[in-house]
Amino acid sequence: MNSIWTIARKELSDSFRNRWLIAIALVFATLALGIAWFGAAASGQVGYASTPATIASLASLGIFLIPLIALLLAYDAIVGEEEGGTLLLLMTYPLSRGQLLFGKFLGHGLTLALATLAGFGVAGIAIAMLVDDIAVGALAIAMLRFIASTTLLGWGFIALAYVVSVRVGEKPVAAGLALAIWFFFVLVFDLLLLGVLVASQGEFNPDLLPWLLLLNPTDIYRLLNIVAFSDGAQLSGVLSLGSDLPVGPAGLWLALVLWFVIPLTGAWALFRKRRI
Amino acid sequence: MSCFHLENVSYRYDKALVLNGVDLRLEPGEILGLFGHNGAGKTTSIKLILGLMRPTGGRVSVLDGEAGDPGVSQHIGYLPENVMFYPQLTGREILAHFARLKGASLRQVPELLGQVGLDDAMDARVKTYSKGMRQRLGLAQALLGKPRLLMLDEPTVGLDPVATADLYRLLRKLRDKGTGIVLCSHVLPGVEPYIDRAAILTDGSLKAVGDLGALRRQAHMPVTLSLEPENSVEALEAAVNSAQATEGLMVHHDNGRLHVDVQPSGKMALVKALMASGEVRDLGIYQPTLEDVYVHFIGSGGLAHRGGAQ
Repeated sequence: MNSIWTIARKELSDSFRNRWLIAIALVFATLALGIAWFGAAASGQVGYASTPATIASLASLGIFLIPLIALLLAYDAIVGEEEGGTLLLLMTYPLSRGQLLFGKFLGHGLTLALATLAGFGVAGIAIAMLVDDIAVGALAIAMLRFIASTTLLGWGFIALAYVVSVRVGEKPVAAGLALAIWFFFVLVFDLLLLGVLVASQGEFNPDLLPWLLLLNPTDIYRLLNIVAFSDGAQLSGVLSLGSDLPVGPAGLWLALVLWFVIPLTGAWALFRKRRI
Repeated sequence: MSCFHLENVSYRYDKALVLNGVDLRLEPGEILGLFGHNGAGKTTSIKLILGLMRPTGGRVSVLDGEAGDPGVSQHIGYLPENVMFYPQLTGREILAHFARLKGASLRQVPELLGQVGLDDAMDARVKTYSKGMRQRLGLAQALLGKPRLLMLDEPTVGLDPVATADLYRLLRKLRDKGTGIVLCSHVLPGVEPYIDRAAILTDGSLKAVGDLGALRRQAHMPVTLSLEPENSVEALEAAVNSAQATEGLMVHHDNGRLHVDVQPSGKMALVKALMASGEVRDLGIYQPTLEDVYVHFIGSGGLAHRGGAQ
């Protein structure tokens, strides 16, 4: 446990040192405040619209941003150590491969969690203080749910980046594959699902289809943050499948947790087989 | 307790046999030189002892335990060839990080940095370090936690002569306190005075192991006598021939001196005969060096057939 924390601590202090943490937090806070005030501009007014609308807009943006940040943060975790020449040395220390990987995860995970908490937390507090007659309780719950799910989504993509990082031998390859992961989950997956939906003209097993949403962590994240506020009426595209999903919010949370636990376990298994 | 013990160890990488039936052990308080051409299996042997890989055949025991076991790794210091560190951290931060990982006292950090001569640079980022400074930091790292087994791969690369001498003095001190040390180097004349035993690897097998005297005997390498004539070279050569030493005597002239290669067993008889002849003004005796012995065992094929990757 001590070794895990030593590794995590170095990652975390690296994130402070190279200003990653503060930069991510600033981006989050700026985005959140921007969306809170100008999110309703399309309907012809400036000012805070409503908590559900703000969270929904933030989540839509988060889907693009969070996976990208997480992948960038973590893609070189192992392959970077190897190219830097320190992996071999680390492995001669009383440190198992699992401890190294979980330590990295703890460090990167904490970096992302802190940045999310600080960025969106500050934005949430600013909204609560600046907007008149806002339901602070509802805002706090929505914000906390948003921060927690954003963190979990980020962890999922950190774990996916590790799967790449423990497998490849060169950093540029890892970066390319990380981008491919982003492209697949954020852009391609929903299109594929929509394609299946349309092409099958409803022939496709209607009980199975909603479950396919759980194969994409970004869809789970979107469901958690958007469906929570609506009765399904304002859902569009593949998300409308979500209202057919027979799992409640607890199931969605569990799915999001599994989305970092399973890739992380996979990365660990692959790392143990890696030749050093 | 031995520092490590390889028993009939083999290792296959894909299909290629990288190590083939190697038997080697190191006792505490001993410096072992591990030599071989590129791809001979030095790095593989070291990785097996460090527990980075498992042998395909045979047994590896390290400090009476299993190679790679955390309780064992804690007592091993390792300096890899071309050691690299996190460029954005300072020397002190890096050493503290590794000390925590090894469970060594943080008090050791400034102590060791002083010992390797990095007092003034410990708070500078490693990316500003020269090769020699990185090497010193690597050494400090290897010495964390008072290791009982120290493995150094080309430790003197980038070090100036004074620092090199300092390093060897330090290694002697550690050896006298009971640390077992493995030295890998291609600078054979540099390590020759400091090693207790040498092990020579070629193509994955152990060609020879022992102290320098034993290796010389095993190699049957001649001793060279360098003779300065009292009267004339011809008279001296006649005296050498009439001494009737053992067969395989090689004689050649060089700058008015006579060089005679003689088997060690016949050396004293020849020297006595020459002394009696009165034809010798001065006499030098040259034992084969570690480098000579090494070349003998490796063969002098040189670059032509020794291109294998490590």
